[in-house]
Amino acid sequence: MSLGTFIDLCYLVAAIGFIVALKGLGSPKHARRGNVVAAIGMALAIGVTFAQPDLSHVWLIVVGMVVGVVVAVPAARLVKMTAMPQMVAIFNGVGGGAAALVSITEFLGSDPKVLATYKVLEVLFGVLVGCVSFAGSAVAFAKLQEIMTGRPITYPGQQVINGIVGLAVLGLALTVLVTASTALLWVLLALALVLGVIFVLPIGGADVPVLISLLNAFTGLAVAASGFTLDSNLLIVAGTLVGASGIILTRLMSQAMGRSLPNILFSAFGSVITATGGADGADERPVRTSTPEDVGVLLAYARKVVIVPGYGLAVAQAQHVARELADALAQRGVEVFYAIHPVAGRMPGHMNVLLAEANVPYDELKEMDEANPQMPTADVALVVGANDTVNPAANDTPGSPIYGMPIIHADQAQHVVFLKRSMRPGFAGIDNELLYNDKTVLLFGDAKDTLQKLVAAVAAA
Amino acid sequence: MTNSILEYLTVFVLAAFVGIEVVSKVPSILHTPLMSGSNAIHGVVLVGSMLVLGHAHTGAEEVLGFLAVVLATLNVVGGFVVTDRMLEMFKAKPRGRDESSAPSGSTERPGEPSA
Repeated sequence: MSLGTFIDLCYLVAAIGFIVALKGLGSPKHARRGNVVAAIGMALAIGVTFAQPDLSHVWLIVVGMVVGVVVAVPAARLVKMTAMPQMVAIFNGVGGGAAALVSITEFLGSDPKVLATYKVLEVLFGVLVGCVSFAGSAVAFAKLQEIMTGRPITYPGQQVINGIVGLAVLGLALTVLVTASTALLWVLLALALVLGVIFVLPIGGADVPVLISLLNAFTGLAVAASGFTLDSNLLIVAGTLVGASGIILTRLMSQAMGRSLPNILFSAFGSVITATGGADGADERPVRTSTPEDVGVLLAYARKVVIVPGYGLAVAQAQHVARELADALAQRGVEVFYAIHPVAGRMPGHMNVLLAEANVPYDELKEMDEANPQMPTADVALVVGANDTVNPAANDTPGSPIYGMPIIHADQAQHVVFLKRSMRPGFAGIDNELLYNDKTVLLFGDAKDTLQKLVAAVAAA
Repeated sequence: MTNSILEYLTVFVLAAFVGIEVVSKVPSILHTPLMSGSNAIHGVVLVGSMLVLGHAHTGAEEVLGFLAVVLATLNVVGGFVVTDRMLEMFKAKPRGRDESSAPSGSTERPGEPSA
């Protein structure tokens, strides 16, 4: 067996590892093992690449890898669990950037005159999609990290401008395809970066996770394209796996929000809704506020309490205190569980990760479908930093922008307690009728502070 | 030439079907780890980056290839570490519960409410 065959065989093993890993990541039992399998496959693939004959610049490769490890490991280790989504965004972005660089470097290294048209096409695809993913992920990171506003950024004529840039990119790509001009390819690269930024700007709030999932799929496809360019089956398989699974995952996420993907990407959700929400003129109506002491008593003498965590709990880093409260209640014999909306937090499943970090046991986490039948028998629904995911308008107001989105039926509990920072509406920007309901009380303030006061109040009750 | 592109296209199409099949039954709790895990997997572009840098002839190719290696390494390493941290949370949970609930449930209960 020649060395080349051996290396290819190892790549095949790595590719199988990636498939097994993705399969494993789909089940709670095998998820962690799946990740380890993928890491081993990756290590194998990288290791045997060093054995490639005629590989030069080995020391430079090693230096580059050391730089990458030195930056990535502390960044990934030290980041808080709440900041995970933006870490995924940024690591995804650099992958897209790398794919674009691989494509363009391979193009520079070959003679354009003898390059087949389909080869140029592969390069174009890799550069274009890789750059959009890189720039888009960078903006998504900035939004989640709150370097810039997380709300949609819109301006007059936005869709026209985006359309023009999109057409310019397409026209330029066709020109490069015909002329194989290196200079134009650089212009295309720059324009693709611009396209990535302006494509992401109008997407904000709760839609950003869906966007990251889509960009993740983009990077996968860009990697597959560079695999075509390099004649590497490994890159084609791994990139395509991620591209295909990423698109499915993106669809699952947008379905959980009751909206179509094009609607998320092109409708600038926030701005549309502020326009429709304001028409109600409901802002002036009174709400009932309460004190932590009163709510503490209500909770302590309840039989069943459902905690509905949302984005606000994640922002306030209140998952540990929430668990303290749940434990304090459980000690008094109150039945407590958490009702998790599929899009609670910043990514689907994000809330589960956060609560898991706070050592909340699995059996206390209930998915929406499991939790809803129990809501009518619950004495108190404690809504911590959630809003849109419990808004009854999704069920009974056909004109509402979130109409059709499945919600947690907090309104069916005997009492509803909202922990909110202010009366500001949620991401969707629409009023929540439940806030004005007779059985609802509000506790204003930072979720973590309020929960701490509740823990004390329950202990004193 | 035409044959080889067809072979690669075949691989591409089959891989796309496998990708769709493999994730179609994932519970929503695992969506975030799955996204993160697949994010790490496309870090395999590091292999491509190594090949590109390893076959670079000009200074420009060396610079671009080097950059690609750095970025791809960030993707691979960061991706796997982040995913592992997420999944660690899922696994550590039942154990952490036992440790914490046992003492507070039995021994400390009488003293605690008064404090």
